[in-house]
Amino acid sequence: MIRIRGLTKRFGDTTVLDAIDLDIEAGERVVVIGPSGTGKSTLLRCLNFLDRPEAGSIAIGDVEVDAARASKKDILALRRATSFVFQNYALFANKTAKENIMEALVIVQGQPRQQAEQRALDVLAETGLAEKADSYPAALSGGQQQRVGIGRAMAIGADLMMFDEPTSALDPEWVGEVLDLMRRVAERRQTMLIVTHEMQFAREIADRILFMEGGRIVEDGPPAQILDAPRDARLKQFLRRVA
Amino acid sequence: MRALDLDYMLGLVPVILGYVPLTLFMAVAGMICALVLASLMAVERVIKVPGLDWLVILFISFFRGTPLLVQLFLFYYGLPQVFAFLTQIDGVTAAIMGLTLHFSAYMAEAIRAAITGVDRSQWEAAQSIGMTQAQMMRRIVLPQAARIAAPTLVNYFIDMIKGTSLAFTLGVTEMMGAAQKEAAGSFLYFEAFLVVALIYWIMVELLNQGQKVLETYLNKAYAR
Ligand SMILES: Nc1ncnc2c1ncn2[C@@H]1O[C@H](COP(=O)(O)OP(=O)(O)OP(=O)(O)O)[C@@H](O)[C@H]1O
Ligand SMILES: [Mg+2]
Repeated sequence: MIRIRGLTKRFGDTTVLDAIDLDIEAGERVVVIGPSGTGKSTLLRCLNFLDRPEAGSIAIGDVEVDAARASKKDILALRRATSFVFQNYALFANKTAKENIMEALVIVQGQPRQQAEQRALDVLAETGLAEKADSYPAALSGGQQQRVGIGRAMAIGADLMMFDEPTSALDPEWVGEVLDLMRRVAERRQTMLIVTHEMQFAREIADRILFMEGGRIVEDGPPAQILDAPRDARLKQFLRRVA
Repeated sequence: MRALDLDYMLGLVPVILGYVPLTLFMAVAGMICALVLASLMAVERVIKVPGLDWLVILFISFFRGTPLLVQLFLFYYGLPQVFAFLTQIDGVTAAIMGLTLHFSAYMAEAIRAAITGVDRSQWEAAQSIGMTQAQMMRRIVLPQAARIAAPTLVNYFIDMIKGTSLAFTLGVTEMMGAAQKEAAGSFLYFEAFLVVALIYWIMVELLNQGQKVLETYLNKAYAR
């Protein structure tokens, strides 16, 4: 269960997140859509303090943090309760695929190496990359890198998995395999918060879709409502544009 | 013009070579100390520890902004007049300390640039999986920065080897000092210093070759 209240982020004078309230049930898959520059990435990045919010509260699983008073310990706790998939994969270039996945397990969670290695190999098998375990990111295609990126986030076993436009940097030929992997993650009722421009995928995978505009959540509902019966004028306009 | 006294030069080679270990000792010791100091300063410059940042900036600025010879004299002949305990320091130690301070300032800048050269999104990925700042630096950022900085650092090591000849001015009998003493007896200054020059040249060329091998290796890094 995730509970966000009054989450506010400013860059200089511009308010990028304007007192966001949001609840997400355990196992829910929530997709965020909206025009460019409306704060979708910032919302995700504030939930694990890659961007530091100025105000509001975040509760994820057992971790509760008041943004204005967040200590280093609070921030680490939030980051350990979440995992993040980046648009540009952001794999550790000095680690193999297997080591990219093991890193969080051994260094952050303190698992024994052998156990972590087994888990990493299991995850790689699920992502269809078993034979790439010892490859460095530089030797992988974009699609393979992003599947490792998703594997790295899966292995952590976080309460919330966040995806920031995971297919936007990919050549079209690799988009399908990454979306397939995300569908498999979703089937396990992993709580997911996904920013994407893939509307068909959103319709299929989402329990709820949030439409963001100007740092606020303007409309929030099941895919059928948001995509087929939009109420807000800006959402209607946005859907016309992406259709 | 007179002919070179080749026999004299050949006879001098083993004498001067006998001082190569001292030169390498000063350079290697200076390099190790400078690497440690430079890494600490570079990390500080990147994460900016409040209250420490200005001190590091000042240090780097001073040691890059003044000649090594002036620094060595200030350190060896000047400071003991102010701090009595420093009179205990011998020339070799003073030279190593001077080389360390001087080159750490340059190397700190090279390492800082290399740290900044590590793709920012990897820092964020390290943070996103819950690593502490120290874990991120040690496991993700510094190993990659080391690879980026390695060729530059080898160049500084070469400069440092040549820089050890300045220990001569602190009364240390190293390669230059030994040649000077020999020549004082034979008056064959050109031959004596030519031998020193050739030995430095060969040492540096060997290192240049080593660096080429290193660069080929580094360019292939992480490509498997
Ligand atoms: N580090 C920053 N400094 C200043 N402004 C920023 C910074 N990061 C984001 N912004 C601004 O905040 C606003 C929201 O950005 P954000 O990246 O969250 O948008 P987005 O909805 O993810 O857009 P896109 O669909 O293009 O990814 C934008 O106006 C952007 O210019
Ligand atoms: Mg974005």
